[in-house]
Amino acid sequence: MRPDTAGAGAVLDKAPAAAGQERTLSRQRAARRRNYLVQGARVLVLVGVLGLWEWFSRAGIIDPFNFSMPSRIWHQIWTWASNGTAQGPLWVQVWATLYEALLGWVLGVFAGVILGIALGRVRFLADVLGPYIKVLNALPRIVLAPIFLIWFGLGPASKVASAVVLVFFPVFFNAFQGAREVDRRLVDGARILGASNRQITYQVVIPSATSWIFTSLHVSFGFALIGAIVGEYIGATKGLGLLVSASQGSFNAAGVYAAMVILAVVALLAEGVLTFLERRLFRWKPTESGDGR
Amino acid sequence: MNSRTSPAIELRGASKVFRTPSGAPHTAVRDLDLTVERGEFVAVVGPTGCGKSTTLTLVSGLEEPTEGDVLVGGEPVSGIADDVGFVFQQDAVFPWRTVLSNVMAGPRFRGVPKQEARERARQWLTRVGLEAFEDRYPHQLSGGQRKRVSLAATFVNDPKILLMDEPFSALDVQTRALMSDELLDLWSGTGASVVFVTHDLEESIALADKVVVMTAGPATVKEVFEIDLPRPRKVEQVRLQTEFTDIYREIWSSLGEEVRITRERGAGHAA
Repeated sequence: MRPDTAGAGAVLDKAPAAAGQERTLSRQRAARRRNYLVQGARVLVLVGVLGLWEWFSRAGIIDPFNFSMPSRIWHQIWTWASNGTAQGPLWVQVWATLYEALLGWVLGVFAGVILGIALGRVRFLADVLGPYIKVLNALPRIVLAPIFLIWFGLGPASKVASAVVLVFFPVFFNAFQGAREVDRRLVDGARILGASNRQITYQVVIPSATSWIFTSLHVSFGFALIGAIVGEYIGATKGLGLLVSASQGSFNAAGVYAAMVILAVVALLAEGVLTFLERRLFRWKPTESGDGR
Repeated sequence: MNSRTSPAIELRGASKVFRTPSGAPHTAVRDLDLTVERGEFVAVVGPTGCGKSTTLTLVSGLEEPTEGDVLVGGEPVSGIADDVGFVFQQDAVFPWRTVLSNVMAGPRFRGVPKQEARERARQWLTRVGLEAFEDRYPHQLSGGQRKRVSLAATFVNDPKILLMDEPFSALDVQTRALMSDELLDLWSGTGASVVFVTHDLEESIALADKVVVMTAGPATVKEVFEIDLPRPRKVEQVRLQTEFTDIYREIWSSLGEEVRITRERGAGHAA
């Protein structure tokens, strides 16, 4: 065994064991107390905001017709969930939106990653296509949604298309940047070890660009949802966006908020899945806080 | 020229001019003549930033000389040769690969079957004392251990030319001495020719057969000193011998002047 591998933990449980243990325990207790405090404060903030909202609405300080109130929103969600919406069962709407967003996201990510890495690796492509991509990026892409509606009709295709254009650019730019910022030493090292250009792309550039790409995946899933919702809002036969526009059309403020709440839950769940995947994929990375503390 | 009798590495009047971001040319090395015999351990010392590393990139084929010739095994260098190994100053291990996978990388890149690559990698991991760490990721290792991974990853390709660019300068002093011994141990018996760039004169004398002193940048060879200390050497013991101090004094009188020039220039820039 080498000296630099000797454990440091052995120091704690030796000589003045009792005092040391006591201190460790009290430190643990303090950490736990703080944790409870944070959680408790969080709940308190939520209850406070919702309570104030409810109270203001009931007391007539804000107009319940415009601003609705938490109890009504909850009631709306409950009605939708148990009796279905005017457009059909609630889960159909949720699934329609999720399906469009997911499909758009996957397509946009694929296109963005492949093009980003290709342009990051092949100087010629980057020089030729660079200005065009800049122009497309400068365009406010959400205005393409009505055009897609004309092109692809009321079905899911138009929503998928708007999700794709929203997702593509952040992913593309991150992949491009990631491919460009690869540590030169790693590339030189791999070349000396005998790697071909192809091997460098697949085994050096792509792995080291993944942390860049993953950063953009978090943001871009939100964009995919926006694309799907806006597409549905403009014209659709089902989906959460349709719920929003239908509720708005019937002056049902609670319906608009309820759709928003459902959307937020869906987005948070997707975020959770993504974080989980990221943890599995980046086991090779040092944890942020550092191991030695 | 017969490639059997030709020296391992030969630089003839090699110069390298880089273009700085502002567009002005910057001469890193000029008119460099250097010969490394087969199986010889040559250390290159010079003031910091004088262009020592450029010499290595020319020999490795990562860069081409602007002028002059670079020959490896009697043949002009074109692209990266198969039998060259390079150990960098910072560790160039792949952070997303485990220790074993890092050492396997070279043979795998060269098309060695997985099973055989794994066996060879394990052998070298054992030689550098990391056999118990093969499943770890680089960030879980100390600096010295990571350096050993780099060494194993380089030696597993069985290089005939070994280029080392201040490989131990990022390590603490004790680890550095250990690693120097380990390097000599790994190198002995491979018959590889080594070019070892360093700014540490003691290290260069303890390791090398020949110490090349470079001038302040743009670098060229100033003087070459033969080191006649017997092998096998133990770095810590070599340092205590009187011959060592004599050689040290002799080389330092040559090197110190260049260091002074570099420092004065630096002061001139700062003013």
